[in-house]
Amino acid sequence: MRKLIFLVLPFFLIIHATAKADIVVSNWDGYSPSDIMDTFEGATGISGEMAFHATNEEIMGKVVASKGAGYDVLFVSSPFAEALHKLGLLSYIDHNKIPNMKNLDNWAMNLDYDMGNQFQVPYAWGTTGICYRSDLVSKEPTSWNDLLNPSSDMVGKVTMLSTDRWLLAAGQLLAGYSVNDTNPEHMANVADILKSAKGNLLSYDDTTFYSKLVSGEAVMAHAWDGWCNYAIWENPDVKFMIPEEGSDLWVDTMVILKSSDNKDEAHAFINYILDEDIGSWTIENILYKTPNKAAMDKTIPGLVEAFPNMGMTPQYMMSFETLKDVGDAAKLYATTVSDILAD
Amino acid sequence: MFNNKLVLPGLVWISLFLLIPCLIVFTYSFFERGVYGGIEYNFNFENYTRSFKWTYFKILLTSGQIAFISASVAVFIGFPAAYFITKFDSKIQIFLLFFIMLPFWSNYLIRTYSWMVLLNNQGLINNALIQIGIIEEPIRMLYTKFSVVVGLVYNYLPFVVLSIYASLSTMNKEVIEASEDLGGNFFNTLFRIIVPMCLPGIVAGFIFVFVLSIGNFITPDLLGGGRFLMIGNLIYDQFLSARDWPFGSSLSLILVIIMLSLLFLQSLILARKK
Amino acid sequence: MKKIYLIIIFGFLYIPILTLIALSFNRSGLPTSWGGFSTEWYVQLFQNEKIFKALFNTVIVATISTLIAGILGTLLAMGMEIKKSNKFVEATAFIPMIIPDIVLAIALLSFFTLLQLTLGLHSIIMSHVVFNTAFVCAVVRTRFKYFDHNIIEASYDLGGKYTITFIKIIFPIILPGVIAGCLLSFTLSFDEFIIAFFTAGAGSSSTTLPMLIYSMIRFGVTPEINALSTFIILFSFIIVLISQRSVKGKLLI
Repeated sequence: MRKLIFLVLPFFLIIHATAKADIVVSNWDGYSPSDIMDTFEGATGISGEMAFHATNEEIMGKVVASKGAGYDVLFVSSPFAEALHKLGLLSYIDHNKIPNMKNLDNWAMNLDYDMGNQFQVPYAWGTTGICYRSDLVSKEPTSWNDLLNPSSDMVGKVTMLSTDRWLLAAGQLLAGYSVNDTNPEHMANVADILKSAKGNLLSYDDTTFYSKLVSGEAVMAHAWDGWCNYAIWENPDVKFMIPEEGSDLWVDTMVILKSSDNKDEAHAFINYILDEDIGSWTIENILYKTPNKAAMDKTIPGLVEAFPNMGMTPQYMMSFETLKDVGDAAKLYATTVSDILAD
Repeated sequence: MFNNKLVLPGLVWISLFLLIPCLIVFTYSFFERGVYGGIEYNFNFENYTRSFKWTYFKILLTSGQIAFISASVAVFIGFPAAYFITKFDSKIQIFLLFFIMLPFWSNYLIRTYSWMVLLNNQGLINNALIQIGIIEEPIRMLYTKFSVVVGLVYNYLPFVVLSIYASLSTMNKEVIEASEDLGGNFFNTLFRIIVPMCLPGIVAGFIFVFVLSIGNFITPDLLGGGRFLMIGNLIYDQFLSARDWPFGSSLSLILVIIMLSLLFLQSLILARKK
Repeated sequence: MKKIYLIIIFGFLYIPILTLIALSFNRSGLPTSWGGFSTEWYVQLFQNEKIFKALFNTVIVATISTLIAGILGTLLAMGMEIKKSNKFVEATAFIPMIIPDIVLAIALLSFFTLLQLTLGLHSIIMSHVVFNTAFVCAVVRTRFKYFDHNIIEASYDLGGKYTITFIKIIFPIILPGVIAGCLLSFTLSFDEFIIAFFTAGAGSSSTTLPMLIYSMIRFGVTPEINALSTFIILFSFIIVLISQRSVKGKLLI
């Protein structure tokens, strides 16, 4: 028994012995340069650690359950930033500590879920639409209906996103409703639309749809614009389009937790991210658009030909609604999604 | 007493790190989801009345069906494997066991992606079958209940093999050999002696695959193409997407109660047989 | 007969593994389509410090939690089988297996937060021990079906101070169960994501491999992970081969 304790004890000591970093940031893996913490330390002297989360929902669950303990900065999508703010878990952003805020496009300072960027700072943004193989589709899509009710030769070769808000948004947009709509009757209508669409699908796919387009298994995919670029990268016949009924504007943001003991350092980190060179990295490596105007102006010209959706202007994107937290209607949304997926 | 001391450490650990934390979460089921995802403390049974809606019951049935089929197939395939392993020299047995577990130290996600590559319409299996000439058109294997079962059986088969192996005591080898020598035909020996001998292992293995399958969400998502919502996905969605912990915990509590009842039913049946 | 069947079974188990190994040489970064042969992912893998750190963490978590769970689970099984156990004990030993892992994850994190416990690898280990104990217990219990309870009577008759000899008699009998249970527990822990994610500390010092791999989902899981899986399998294969040479089958009766 004693031998066992002696064996095990050193491990516990090793575990506790690792040096404490000044700040801890949580992001998706690959969403920022892999050496960002080192270059950040080089530029500011602040040491930081990057932790990873797989989805918004998971980091949200963790932060709500632990009241934010252990984290200073999070990268989350806007509805989650909004919810965190309403739950009282975020600190206000002190613009004085973030001079690089000036790099942001004006439109990005006036997003309707957080006018003036009081509790979050946008990092990347984009839209949702149809990503398709222009060489394999019998008819180029123009409407959400082309995705939901494809012609018979394309049945079984279409994928849709199953993440709740985007799954429902496709139906909401087709029916002409808001993507933040909370009317139960509307929702029932959307459910019917999506249930009949389900039979036409190859599968729901949030993560490998671009791979299916490249292999030809799917000819049309419900997709986020940045992801479609990965397919375009592999096969130039892939194109992205926004249906005539419109789309949503999604924004990935950075937030500072109220529980953080290192808010100054956290602000310094966000300021560093907003630097135009870092923004350029994001654009070139992730193929997403960022609201960092300085970075976009610098980098987009080289990419627009291969990836047309990178050329979307902020003005155009602002014509779409941003996804907002729907408050109490979350239950309605969840029940509807379960209903559709279980059908 | 002797056994009190034995069970105590395990019981204390589980009580402290499972019963108490889960008790706290289960009390949420009697409250409501707050507007932004927190908890609003007004006591009611709404979550439970909601849990008994047909949508959710349907999900429970689908999950139960898929889990049951997976567990049955796994036991059916795994039992002979475990049995044959015990026939080898004892030096080789543990060797074989390790090799059974080895594939499962790769990552669950990667194994699942590999199955997608194997099963899809342009995948390796369809290609092979077409090349050999057995079929002309690819068979739709992926994004069906079949592929979900394959994925579940694959990932949990080793657990069945391990638990059946564990209950097949090598010291009863003589009993098996004796029965075979006495001229009992294979099936006689099998059902009268071998199966009863490792019944606890078979039951344990079945239960493992069943419970692990029912809570699984990756396999139905990737191999099922998200078309079959299973309880695992549903509960995940409540806690994570909907941030409706109260409803999620009512669903979980109901699941736990159902499973406990099955457990007690099973022990009643086994007790009767004795 | 036995060899043919086992070959089929191993074929079933290893075909996806061979597929994933093949895909680790896929030039295309896509998880499900082939783009040509390339070893670039191995190059990238071996330059990736954080992957190996996560692998190391995972091995530690799996090993320590298996050690602890192995002991607790075996004791629990012995206690339940040697003397009659009551419904409460049965249920408690069973619940960790049936409780949905997300519930356990959130419950434990909330609990740790309440206790103001700092999180780290140790909190993951503590959490993993919970379900691992239940699995070890369940497997070890199967060993008791043909257990000769007379041995216990005899030992009692010989006086209580023969407890140690007693353990020396029971233990070899249940050992295959303990080993199988521990192997199972290690495997469960090694590939476990959600509980680890929730109960881990916030930095790379407590990131496990599943956490790292799942976090790559958003930008595509590249063949680098296939390369890693290939590496893990090959490495373990070699370790098993080496240890097989040295351990001369003393473990089984």
